[in-house]
Amino acid sequence: MAGGQGQGHPSRRMFLRAGLSTGTAIIGAGGAWAAGDPANQPPNVPDWSRYLGDGVAVRAYGKPSKHEAHVVRRDVEWLTASRESSVSFTPLHELDGIITPNGLCFERHHAGIAEIDPADYRLILHGLVDKPLIFTLDDLKRFPRVNRAYFCECAANSGMEWRGAQLNGCQYTHGMVHCVMYTGVPLKLLLQEAGLKANAKWLLLEGADAAAMTRSLPLQKALDDALVAYRMNGEMLRPENGYPARIVLPGWEANMWVKWLRRIEVGDEPWHHREETSKYTDLLANGKARRFTFVMDAKSVITSPSPQAPLNHKKGFTVLSGLAWSGRGKIQRVDVSLDGGRNWRTARLDGPVWDKALTRFYYEFDWDGRELLLQSRAMDETGYVQPTKAELRKVRGVNSIYHNNGIQTWHVKANGEVENVEVA
Amino acid sequence: MSRWRERVIAPFRHPRRADAPRAALEIRDRKPNGSLLGSAIPALRFAAAGMTMWLATLAGAQADASGKRFNIGREAMAEEIAGWDIDVRPDGRGLPVGKGTVKEGESLYIERCAACHGEFGESAGRWPILAGGEGTLASHDPVKSIGSYWPYASTVLDYIRRAMPFGNAQSLTNDELYAVTAYVLYLNDAIKDEAFELSDKNFLSVKLPNEANFFDDDRETSEKHFWTKEPCMANCAAGEARIVGRARALDVTPEEGKAPKVE
Repeated sequence: MAGGQGQGHPSRRMFLRAGLSTGTAIIGAGGAWAAGDPANQPPNVPDWSRYLGDGVAVRAYGKPSKHEAHVVRRDVEWLTASRESSVSFTPLHELDGIITPNGLCFERHHAGIAEIDPADYRLILHGLVDKPLIFTLDDLKRFPRVNRAYFCECAANSGMEWRGAQLNGCQYTHGMVHCVMYTGVPLKLLLQEAGLKANAKWLLLEGADAAAMTRSLPLQKALDDALVAYRMNGEMLRPENGYPARIVLPGWEANMWVKWLRRIEVGDEPWHHREETSKYTDLLANGKARRFTFVMDAKSVITSPSPQAPLNHKKGFTVLSGLAWSGRGKIQRVDVSLDGGRNWRTARLDGPVWDKALTRFYYEFDWDGRELLLQSRAMDETGYVQPTKAELRKVRGVNSIYHNNGIQTWHVKANGEVENVEVA
Repeated sequence: MSRWRERVIAPFRHPRRADAPRAALEIRDRKPNGSLLGSAIPALRFAAAGMTMWLATLAGAQADASGKRFNIGREAMAEEIAGWDIDVRPDGRGLPVGKGTVKEGESLYIERCAACHGEFGESAGRWPILAGGEGTLASHDPVKSIGSYWPYASTVLDYIRRAMPFGNAQSLTNDELYAVTAYVLYLNDAIKDEAFELSDKNFLSVKLPNEANFFDDDRETSEKHFWTKEPCMANCAAGEARIVGRARALDVTPEEGKAPKVE
């Protein structure tokens, strides 16, 4: 290593010489070509090609590159009174594929994160059962388990947009959704273990957080595809996502996916608790409110370009990318419009198209450098077509807060900047 | 609950048994929403034909929630359930034994609730409003309070019992719970008399006015027109699209470096 430090100088001088002859061409290319430190770029040899880096296990639990530090969950301070009862949003514009990294899954807590010692974890299952049971975490792990990737979307995702374009970024307009591979026990196996009484019709799911979050769940869903999950993307659930166990209800609103699950009571009627009466009911224009709107309607959003992911090149080949999902099944097709919904072309679905999971779509085109009004429109296998915001407001009014799945419009300007807009 | 020792009962298991149900589940669960469930079971039995008899029995049982048990976990004791079973239903199921007057509730409320919810339930800052807003639900600015929106008084008692006061949940005695609930219902005119003593005996006499305005999810009929199957692809509206609203006009998006500090 002797003399190693000194070797940097000749290479920098070399660049200066090279720069004199080629500098104009490099600067002329603009954008990414002008960024960074020329000393690290050809023909020069950067430090990372010369000196040893960290060894193994120095980064015992690996983190993203320090250059990706901006890829984080963010919150909107004015939305809520405190961070303990609030939400943070997934940076959808920075992600690709369909799986959300664990540390970027949006958070919604009602009384902060419950930090549970797995040795003290207990799940009580009681009510209209033959034998009330109590399980440890190890007990849950002994049951037959399944692996399933599902999207999880807060019913209030896009809720701030009911009255018009408000937040400038798909992280904020659509970031209350994530999709991970869960490992867990089918809930029906736990119910089978306790034995259901003949009059069992509803379950109460309860969390161990300081809000003891509860939701009523129809028994039919519990026997269909509900899971008690303890892993996400292979590792144990993150504390902010319900460690050590949560309910997974494919296609249904995330509020019901009770985290830090501590108790399941079997009953014959719904409980009408706070989160299914005062909240998570959809107020219509006539003052009446729809309740038990469990299923998430088909929805899509273009994640790039989007306000936080502007086009960073002049006209030319462009990859438009986005996500689509439906609580009723698989995504069948996604259409994309470049002119605010006048004309549509069918996008390319890439990667797995799974039941009730995020689905990735792309539309590649030659951008002529003119302004664009980008939209995407999802269709699911039941024939449901994602409505425009106008169509949705016509039947729901603007006071719903929840279940806003209207078509999003992004305005791409000639300079590549993107803004959240509404069109007519 | 730590005083309850877990008694681990580990009955003898066939070494292959742990894997068998997993394979069975994979076969069955790949079928969408039960429609093919019927055909999955014979296939599964066929697959099991070369295996031991118990596998076929177990796999069949898994399609039926009242079937075979794994003998995992243990019976929950009544005391354990009682410590965590705090839910209350509109029909009064789950109401704890207790009582408290509006007057008693007022001083508790001022001490432990008013800082966030306001002295009269009008809310401080962005904390939830508890009272007021009657007659606003069909307006452009609906106020969803207990009195104007919530369908059931039981929800109030249940929620206070499980989650309030915020940051010190499950700290109220049952009598305090009834007293605070009585005061909050009084703020909403659901209880008129300051001297009224709310208890598990008379709780069902308290009604909230908006109950009839809730209805169950009907999107699949009321929004049937969204199942258009073949949407328009070309010239879907007259003229060029024009921008009628912009996020930047509102300027409410958080900016880089301006987020509040996390403690």
